[in-house]
Parts: sequence; C-alpha cells; structure tokens
Amino acid sequence: MKNDFSSVNPAAISDIQQHSSYEAGYGIRRAWRVFPFLVAGVVLVPVCVVFASFLSPDDEIWQHLISTTLPSLLTNTLWLSLGVIVGTSLLGVSLAWFTSVYRFPGYRFFSWALFLPLAIPAYVIAFVALGTFDYTGPVQTSLRHWFNSDLLWFPDIRSGPGVAIVMTLAFYPYVYLLSRDAFLTQGKRLLEVAQSLGFTRQQGFFRVVLPMARPWIVAGIMLALMETLADFGTVSIFNYDTFTTAIYKTWFGMFSLSTASQLASLLILIVLVIIMTEQRFRLRMRFSESRKSARVERIPLTGWQAMAVTGFAGTVLFFAFALPIIQLGIWAMDALTIGLDQRYLEFAWHSILLSVLAALITCLVAAMLAYAARLHSDGYTRFAIRLTTVGYALPGAVLAVGIFIPMAWLDNLLSDWIENISGVETGLLIQGTLTVMLVAYMTRFLAVSYFPLESALQRVTRSIDEAAAGFGVTGWSMLRMIYFPMLKSSLFTAATLVFVDVMKEMPITLMTRPFDWDTLAVRIFSLTSEGQWDQAALPALTLILTGLIPIILLIRHSET
Amino acid sequence: MSRSFIFSGHVGRWCSSFLLIVFLFAVPISSQAEEIVVYSSRIEQLIKPLFDAFTKETGITVKFTTDKEGALLTRLLAEGKRTPADVLITTDAGNLWEAARNGLLKPVTSPVLQANIPENLQDPQGQWFGLTVRARTIVYNTRKVKPEELSTYADLADPKWKHRLCLRTSKKVYNQSLVAMMIAELGETETERIVKGWVDNLATDPVADDTLALEFVAAGRCDVTLVNTYYYGRLMRENPTLPLAIFWPNQATTGVHINVSGAGVIQYSKHGAAAVRLLEFLSSEQAQKLFVELNMEYPANPKVEYGELLNSWGSFKGDPRSIVQAGELQADAVRLMDRAGYR
Repeated sequence: MKNDFSSVNPAAISDIQQHSSYEAGYGIRRAWRVFPFLVAGVVLVPVCVVFASFLSPDDEIWQHLISTTLPSLLTNTLWLSLGVIVGTSLLGVSLAWFTSVYRFPGYRFFSWALFLPLAIPAYVIAFVALGTFDYTGPVQTSLRHWFNSDLLWFPDIRSGPGVAIVMTLAFYPYVYLLSRDAFLTQGKRLLEVAQSLGFTRQQGFFRVVLPMARPWIVAGIMLALMETLADFGTVSIFNYDTFTTAIYKTWFGMFSLSTASQLASLLILIVLVIIMTEQRFRLRMRFSESRKSARVERIPLTGWQAMAVTGFAGTVLFFAFALPIIQLGIWAMDALTIGLDQRYLEFAWHSILLSVLAALITCLVAAMLAYAARLHSDGYTRFAIRLTTVGYALPGAVLAVGIFIPMAWLDNLLSDWIENISGVETGLLIQGTLTVMLVAYMTRFLAVSYFPLESALQRVTRSIDEAAAGFGVTGWSMLRMIYFPMLKSSLFTAATLVFVDVMKEMPITLMTRPFDWDTLAVRIFSLTSEGQWDQAALPALTLILTGLIPIILLIRHSET
Repeated sequence: MSRSFIFSGHVGRWCSSFLLIVFLFAVPISSQAEEIVVYSSRIEQLIKPLFDAFTKETGITVKFTTDKEGALLTRLLAEGKRTPADVLITTDAGNLWEAARNGLLKPVTSPVLQANIPENLQDPQGQWFGLTVRARTIVYNTRKVKPEELSTYADLADPKWKHRLCLRTSKKVYNQSLVAMMIAELGETETERIVKGWVDNLATDPVADDTLALEFVAAGRCDVTLVNTYYYGRLMRENPTLPLAIFWPNQATTGVHINVSGAGVIQYSKHGAAAVRLLEFLSSEQAQKLFVELNMEYPANPKVEYGELLNSWGSFKGDPRSIVQAGELQADAVRLMDRAGYR
C-alpha cells in the first residue's frame, strides 16, 4: 500500500487528504446531529414505560381520585412548588449576591459554608426539623414548661409552610451555587457599568445584573422545583399530601401501578410545559459574557447593613446545616454502641464509587449534549435535549420501575438469544450489575449536570467559535482547546451536584443494587422505614460527611 | 448460523464487546454450597440474624436484597421466569396476597408449615405463610384515660373522644389492613361512618409513624392512639417511665386486629426445596423465639412461648378470621379512607 502511494504525486495526496478530512468533519457534524436524539432515546425509555400505562386505563380509580383527594393534592403541590420557588430564589439569589460582591463580617467563611447544606438530604433536614420543632421536640417541650400552658398557638410544623421551609433550606444551594457562578463572573462589573450609566446600585442590580444572570438563576430554580415535584421522603415524613404521595398510594395501597404511572406522566407533562415556556422566553436573549472578571474590589458594608447580612447568612446556615448536624450528632452518640461496625467503611466505599462513576458518565454525556445543542440549534435538537432532562422530576421509585422493566426485558431477550445459540442456561446477566445502576443514575440526573453546563456554554460567544474556526480549530480540538478550559468550573459544579445527588438517592439504588452491595443511603432507608430516626443518624452523618468531600474540593477549586 | 459469523464484522465486534462489558460487571453467580435468594421488605436488622441461624443449621447460604414491597413485586414481575429470587418476605399480608394474585408465588405443601402456622394466618392455597403476628391495638395515656372508658376500635369514633385521638397516616398498610378487616366485619357504610368519626376526633393531623403517635400520646397532645405493639415495646424500652399502657380492643367481638409478616416461595424458584426449608425453619420454635427477641413481635407458631416481656402486656384474643381478607379488601379500604378524609 505504502509503495503505491509513493508513486502518486504529492499534490494529489494533499487533495485527497483535504477531501477526506472534509468528509470526516461532515461525518462528525452529522454524528453530533444524531447524538442528542440517541441520548434522548435512552433516557426516554423509562418515560415511555411510564406513559405506556395509558394503555391500561382504570377509569374507576381515576373517578375516585378526582372525586376525593386529587383537587386538594393539586393545590397542595401547587402551593408547595410556589413556596419553594419563592423561598429558594430569595435565599439563593440574595446570598449569592451578598457573598460575591460585598464585604461583610465573615464573608469569606459564608461564601463557601453556604454550599455545605448541599450534602444534606432533604429527608434528613425534614426528620431533624420534625424532631426539633414538633410537639414532642425539645423546643415546644421547653416552651410548654416555661409558659406552663398547652402552647396550642405554636405553629404546627407539619403543615404546608413547614414543608416549604424545609425544602427551601434543602434546595436553596442549587440556586445559590448557580447564581453565584453568574455573579462572580459578571456581577461586579455589570454593576459598575450600570452605575456609570446613572443607575443607583439598587437599580443596577434589579435592572442589569439580575436579568443578565437569569439563565443561571432559572436553571437553579428549575432544579429545586423538579426536586420538589419528585420528592417523596420529605412529604411523607410530614404526612403532607402531594401529587407524589398520591402516586405512591395508588401503587402501594390500591395495587395499581398503571394508575400511579398515569399520575406520574401528568407530572412529566407539567414539567415539560414549564421547561418549554422558560425556553421560549430565553430564546429572545443572547448572553455573551466570557471573561472571568479579574479580582474586583468588594463593596464594603458597614453598621447595621453589615450586621443584617451576616445575621441573615448565619441564620440560614444554622438551620440548613448546623442544626441538622448537631442533632444528628447527638442522636448518633446515643446510637453509637449498636450501630458502628466496619461495614460502614464498605457502605461509604460503595456510595463513593457509585457517585464518582455516575458523576463522570453523566457529566460527559451532558457536556456532549450541550456541545451538540450548540452545533445544531434547531428546534428538534433543542426539544430532544429538553426531553432528556425530565427524568429529574419523576418520583425516584417510578423512574426506577421505568428503568427496571425494560432492562429486565432486554435481559431476558439476551438470555433467550444466548440459550438459543449455545444451549446454556444463563439466568439474568445485566440485572444486578453496576451498568444498570449507572444508566439509571444518568437517566435521573442528566438535568443536574446539563443545566449548569448549558448556562455556562452561553457564555462562550459566537465570535469565539468563529475565531477558533478561522484558525482551523474545529470538532474535538475545539472542544479540547476552547470549550474545556472555559467550562472547567461549570463541569466541576455539575459533577459535584451529580455526586452529591447520587449519594442521597434511594429508590433507584434500592431497586438496582447488586446483592450485598448496600450503600449509606440504603442503610438510612432501612432504619428510617421502621421509624428509627435516631438510629439512622449514624449513616446520615457519614453520608453527609462523605458528600462534603467533593463540595470542599469544589469550593477550593472556585476560590483559586 | 455459525459462531464465526456472529462474532465477525462490525456488528459482531460491538456485540462481543458489549457482552464483555456485561460480564465484567456481572456478579459471579456460581458457587459451591447451595444458596437461595430472598427478596425482603423486612429490613436487614430484623431478618439477617434469622438467615444466619438458618445457614448454621442447614449449610444453605442466603443471599438477600431489601426494598419496599411495591418495588419488589414489580421487580419479580419484570424478571419473570429467570428471576434469581426463591423467597419473598413481606411485613404484611396484603402484599403477599397481591403477589399471589399476580402468580408470583408457588403453592407449597409442607406438613411442618401446616403444623406450625395457624390456618387463618396462611393462604388457603399454601402460597404464603404468616411468620410473625403484629397486633394493632389501642395505647392510651394512663394519666388521662381509664381503661374502662375503652372498648372497641369503633368506639374511638364516639364524640367523647373529640380532639383526643391521634392516628398514623392512612398510607401505612397496617391501617389499610385494619380498615379492610373492619369492612369485612361491618360492611362499607358502617366502616365509613366509623372512620369519619375517627377523623372528626383527631387532635392533630395524622402523623407519619407509630412511634410519633405514641410520643404524642405520652406528651399529652392526645389521649389514645392505634399502634402495633412492638413500637410500644421499643419506646418503653428506651423510656420506661412514659405514662403509656396497652388496651386490647374488641375482646367481646372480633378480637384484636392482627396482621402478619410472612413469606412465600417464588413461582420460578430453582431451589424450591431449599426455599421451603427456609420457610419451615422460620416457623420453627428456634426461629420464632428469635423473631420475638429481635422485634417483640408475637410468634405465629402457637406452640412458642411469648416470653416475659410480651406476657407483661397481658393476654388477648386475636382476630381469628382469615387474614387473606386484608389483601382482598385493601384497595377498598384505601378508597374508603380517602372518602372519609383520613389522610
């Protein structure tokens, strides 16, 4: 072959090479075109399984639901969602703004410490809050002693506002994390521009900085909202009825998985509508801020303003992080004698291994999706990509079933095939392997990694793309040389979010884990399902501390 | 179709690398000693010691996984005839009934099980057997209630209990079974009236678990509640001075509502004999005593002594009716509680 080539004239070779590289480039572009649809195809399998439930409708259960609990469930869910949206955006955005632009006592500490609640599962904050503030908790008990009265005026924590507050404390870090990212890179300078245009600081924030940070803020709020809609742990601890509790009740209580799935598919539709609406609004905007601002001077706060900001940040941190940790610590001390053995190392190791692998895979896929979306910004591609993120709003157990059923079907098919050609009985091969778990996690958490990356990609301006292309940098090398350095911090953020979420995840882990392969979350499940909250403190604390590792890495990364 | 054809070319290479990955991740299945697989909604702490005892006695090892009942049943259905599972263990009769209804369980004829487990605590076709008895009874605050005031579950609907009752959520299967058995006894209309009465008498919204309901009664938030006895046992062990006591309701009528934690052999089990052996072992005196020690549940095997602690709670007449009805009427019970506004 080599000899043949040597006889051809050089110009022709270069011609051929050019031609083939063009072909390859075209092929790669085509591949990027198809990629989002492939991923959407995989991720949508469980969603399709959920929707397939409409093939076996049960009118009677539906009529029952509509005439009894459904109306109140819907209003409950609506109020809870609104509460969490308002709560997380107020806390998340304001804290992010304060810690990225102002100087106040303890700002250095708070700017990283406010990330920490990310590691605490919502259900843990919930059972700590209930244990502390409910009728039999220490707060009400001592108040009753002091006032020597029944204390019936004390607000019941097992109520809509109670749940909304707990979820706000659990989910605000999503908004904080993402909007801080926006403010750090563009906040201060935008504010200065606004002020130079004659706006006051306040006007500048509301009219310039906030609108410019919108993609980040909205991405954070979307994550919080989807978590809220999918949540089962927190609401069941509070016995607060939402759409999700109805899904579980029809499934477990009335043995109707199909009606449960139908309810779940409504949830997907709602989320889709929200996503599409949000995107329609966003389309009209173009964001192009690229440089990470050089070290900017913080605006110093003094007097009562400084005190108020420090007090505010301190309060949030206390309730979202310190209090749960302290209470868990006290319970764990009590339970230490029975609970702690070397198996905890194994649980923690399993949790970490799963989380790391899932974070790597999910972020890789999300980054490729984000890049594909950039290459092909047509409606179909965007829609396909949007579809890949809806899994996050599905209650975990429903998604777990949606993944398990097709997986088992595939598994049986594979075994049939092997048995046919070899005559050897194989049993199920895929199920009970880490592969299943990782695909399942990816399906669930693609949104968590995609949203931060997508917002970050908007920062890479078109002119950068064009300039790069002008230098002949395209395809993979563009990804490596241009995008990766610019997206590094967002990739890190995305990976941390997935890591922590997988640590906390229960239903998928329970259903797909291999034998003898328990994780910390599984341990918590098995203790809390018998109502032994205090004994669950030990695994919960271990889970939180393990989850803190990547968060602290993330913080150190973003500080330097 | 020859082997070389399958594993050649593009498709073949993809297939073989896919298989390779699958095998790399696959957990090795083969092992020397006989091994059975259990799917259990009974949590690890309350079942593993029994498996260990079983292995010690028979040499058969037990591999198990835990999850909620709904997930386990779905899983068994999806896995179909290749399921690795040999035995299903649940914490209530309703889900065993549902598993049997879906053809997931195999009828078992075992003289040992017949002898050890009372008839009303097993499936008539032998598809599942109750292993422990969970009595759902009334617990009251001894400072505020005299036992003479109490009588039946239905009586708790009486207006004299207004703002004095605490209940666990209707989403818990224990309450669903209780109401199902009431429907079997009293019919839908009367049961619905009673459940509505309970809701009217609530001192606070239904709570998420039995322990919390007990703590509410102890702290004076309400005066009476309905719980499974072992929750009472656990709480009193931690805090013996609480002003709580057990009352056995319905002694003149149906008896105390009982549910079971039980097990059945999976239809497609490939280790049927070993699976039956596990069930037989779990019904034996040795295992039944372990159940009592582990979680203060009542033994299903009537030949087994209750032990000092359970005896100290007094003797009672349990509901002699077949527990199968708890499964059959569970969905109706859920609907009824929805209608009655019992959250």
